[in-house]
Amino acid sequence: MSVKLPFKITFWKVALLLIWLAGLVAAIVRFTGGLGAATNLSDKFPWGLWVGFDVITGVGLAAGGFTLAAAVHVFHVKRFYPVLKPAILTAFLGYVLVIVGLLFDVGRPDKIYNPLFMGNFHSALFEVAMCVMFYTTVLFFEFSTNIFERLGWRGPKRWIGKVTIPLVILGVVLSTMHQSSLGSLFLIVPGKLYTFWYSAGLPLLFYVSAIAVGCAMVIFESHLSFRAFGHRLKKDVLADIGRILLVVLVMYLLMKIYDFYMRGVWSEFFIPRMETWLFWLEILAGVIAPIVLLSIKKVRLSTRGLYAASVCTIIGFLLNRLNVSTTGFIASSGVSYFPSWMEIATTLALVASGIFVFAMAVRYLPIFEYPEETSHKVKPAPVIEEALELETFQDSSAEGKKF
Amino acid sequence: MVKTKGLLIDTTKCIGCQLCALACKEANGLPGEEEEELSATAYTVVKEKDDIYYRRLCMHCNDPTCRSVCPVGAFEKTPEGPVIYHAHKCIGCRYCLQACPFGVPTYEWHKRAPKVRKCTMCYERQKQGKIPACAEACPTGATIFGDRDELIREARKRIKENPDLYVDHIYGEKEAGGTSVLILSSVPLETLGFPGNLPDRPLPELTWAALKNVPSIAIFGGAFLYGIWWIIDRRMELAEYKNKQRESKSKEDVDKLVDQ
Repeated sequence: MSVKLPFKITFWKVALLLIWLAGLVAAIVRFTGGLGAATNLSDKFPWGLWVGFDVITGVGLAAGGFTLAAAVHVFHVKRFYPVLKPAILTAFLGYVLVIVGLLFDVGRPDKIYNPLFMGNFHSALFEVAMCVMFYTTVLFFEFSTNIFERLGWRGPKRWIGKVTIPLVILGVVLSTMHQSSLGSLFLIVPGKLYTFWYSAGLPLLFYVSAIAVGCAMVIFESHLSFRAFGHRLKKDVLADIGRILLVVLVMYLLMKIYDFYMRGVWSEFFIPRMETWLFWLEILAGVIAPIVLLSIKKVRLSTRGLYAASVCTIIGFLLNRLNVSTTGFIASSGVSYFPSWMEIATTLALVASGIFVFAMAVRYLPIFEYPEETSHKVKPAPVIEEALELETFQDSSAEGKKF
Repeated sequence: MVKTKGLLIDTTKCIGCQLCALACKEANGLPGEEEEELSATAYTVVKEKDDIYYRRLCMHCNDPTCRSVCPVGAFEKTPEGPVIYHAHKCIGCRYCLQACPFGVPTYEWHKRAPKVRKCTMCYERQKQGKIPACAEACPTGATIFGDRDELIREARKRIKENPDLYVDHIYGEKEAGGTSVLILSSVPLETLGFPGNLPDRPLPELTWAALKNVPSIAIFGGAFLYGIWWIIDRRMELAEYKNKQRESKSKEDVDKLVDQ
C-alpha cells in the first residue's frame, strides 16, 4: 500500500472499518429477520430513513453529474471540464448507492426488476424506478471513459466519445424526469404531508433544489479532494459555479415564496411546534444563509467562503428532503418515528463506502486529469465550408449594394 | 356489465360484538384474537369511541390510490368492486401504505418474503357466489352487502326516515372519488378518526396532473437541448474555421514577404 499515510487517515480507516462492521450486522439482521427486525418502521410509518436519505436525498446529491454534463457538453462551457469528471464519478457512485439502499429498503429485493416488466404508467414511483435504472446505465457509460483511458483501450473510449452528445442529453432528460418525479411521489398525500411541505409545485421545487445541491456538491467535493489529495483547486471555475448556485438558490427561494403565497399558509409559520423549527432551520440555514454568503463577492471569491456556502446548501437540502419524506408525516401518522441504530448504521456504511470508492477511484483513475485546452476539430465539414462561402457571398453582395 | 358491489356499514346498528372481525379472520385464515388496529393479521377491526362502535377496513375506492401509486400494478380494481392485490408482482416498496388516504394497507414487517395485507371484500367468496364473511356474520345488519347503487338508495332512505339519528352524509359516496364501502353514522366520521378533508376527486388525479406531462417534457426537452448544442457547436466551429483561415492568410502574407 502507499507509504505516505498521515496518522489522520489511519484514524479514518479505523472509523471506516467500525462503520462497515455495524452496517454488516444491520444487514444480517435486515435480511434474516425482515424489515421489522431492523427498522423502526410500522404500518403507520412505512417510509423512514432508508427511503428519505438513502434514496430520495441520495439521488439529489448526485445531481451535479447532469448539471455539469449539460454545462460542459450541451452549453459548451468548456472551462468547467476540470470539475465534470469528479461530478460524474459522484453521480455514478451516488446512483449505485441508491440502488444498494433500495435493495435494503424494499421488502422483496429479489423482485426489484419487476417494474421493467409490469410498469404502471400512473405511478410516480414507476417513473422513479425507470429513471434509476436507465440513468445509472447512462452514468456508467459516461464514467467508463475513465476506465478505458486507464486501461489504454482507445477503441471503446472513441465509441463513447462519438455518442457523447446523445448520451449526455439522454442523461439530462432522465435526470430532469427523475429529480422532479421524486417530488411527484408526494403529490398524492395532501392530507398526510405537513402543510409547509405539501405543494402541487413539489416536482418543480425538487428539480430546482436538485440543481442547486448539484452545484454545491461540486464545490464541496472539489474542496475535500483538494484537502485529501492535494488536487489543485480551479478557483475561477468554482467561483463561477458559486455564481450559478446563487442564481438557482434565489430562483428556488422565489418559487417557495410564491408557493406559500398561493397557498396562503403565512399564519402557520409561527405556531410553536417541531415542524415550524425544522422548516425555519431548512429555509434560514439552507437557503437564506448561502444566498447571503454568495452575494458577497469577497466571500464568493474565497475558497472557504464558497465551501461554507456549499455546506449550508447541502445541509438545507438534506433537511428539506428528510422533512418532505419523513418528518413531515409524523404529525398525521399519529406515531413517532426515529430511525433505529441499524437504519442509521447501514446509511452510514453506504455513505462511508461512497467516500471510500471515490477516494480509490481518484487514486487509480484519471479523474482529476484533463487536457489543458480542449480544442475544436481543425478541419471543418464540407457543409460548413459551404456555409462560410455563403456568408462571404452575402457579405460581398451587401458591400456591392453600398457601392 | 357487472354491477359494482359494496358494503353499507351503519354504525348506529353496531353493537361491537366483534363477530365480523372474527369471521374475517376465519375466512382469510388469519391467526390470533381480536385486534385493536388493522394489521397484517387483521383486515378489519371494530373500534369504539364515545359509545359509538365503528369498523375499519379497506374502503375499496372507485379509483384506488393504492392501484395508482403501485409501480408494478399489484393492485386491481375488479369490475365487481373489490380492490385486490397480486402478491407475485409486489416488490415491497410500501408506497401503497404511504399513499392510502385511509391508512388501510398493512405490511408483514417480520417476514423474509413479506406481502401487503388488506381486506379483499372476500373477492374469492364472491366468486363462489357467497357474500363477504363480515356481512354474513353481522347479527344486527350493521354491515350489509349489495349493489353499491342499491346501498346508496338504502342509506338515503335511512337518513330520511331518521334525520335525528344520522348525520346527513354518506361517507364514501363521494370521498376521494367514491368508495365501495359506505358508512352511516350519528356523528361526523372525522371525529372517529376518518380523514375528513378528502376532496371529491380521486387522489390519483393529483399525480397524473404532473405525470401526464412527462413524455412531452422528455421529447421536447431532449430536442431543445440538442438544438442548443447544435447551434453553439456550429457557431464555435465557424469561429474557429475563420480564425484558422485568417491565420493561414497572414502566414501566406509572411511567406510572400520572406520570398521577396
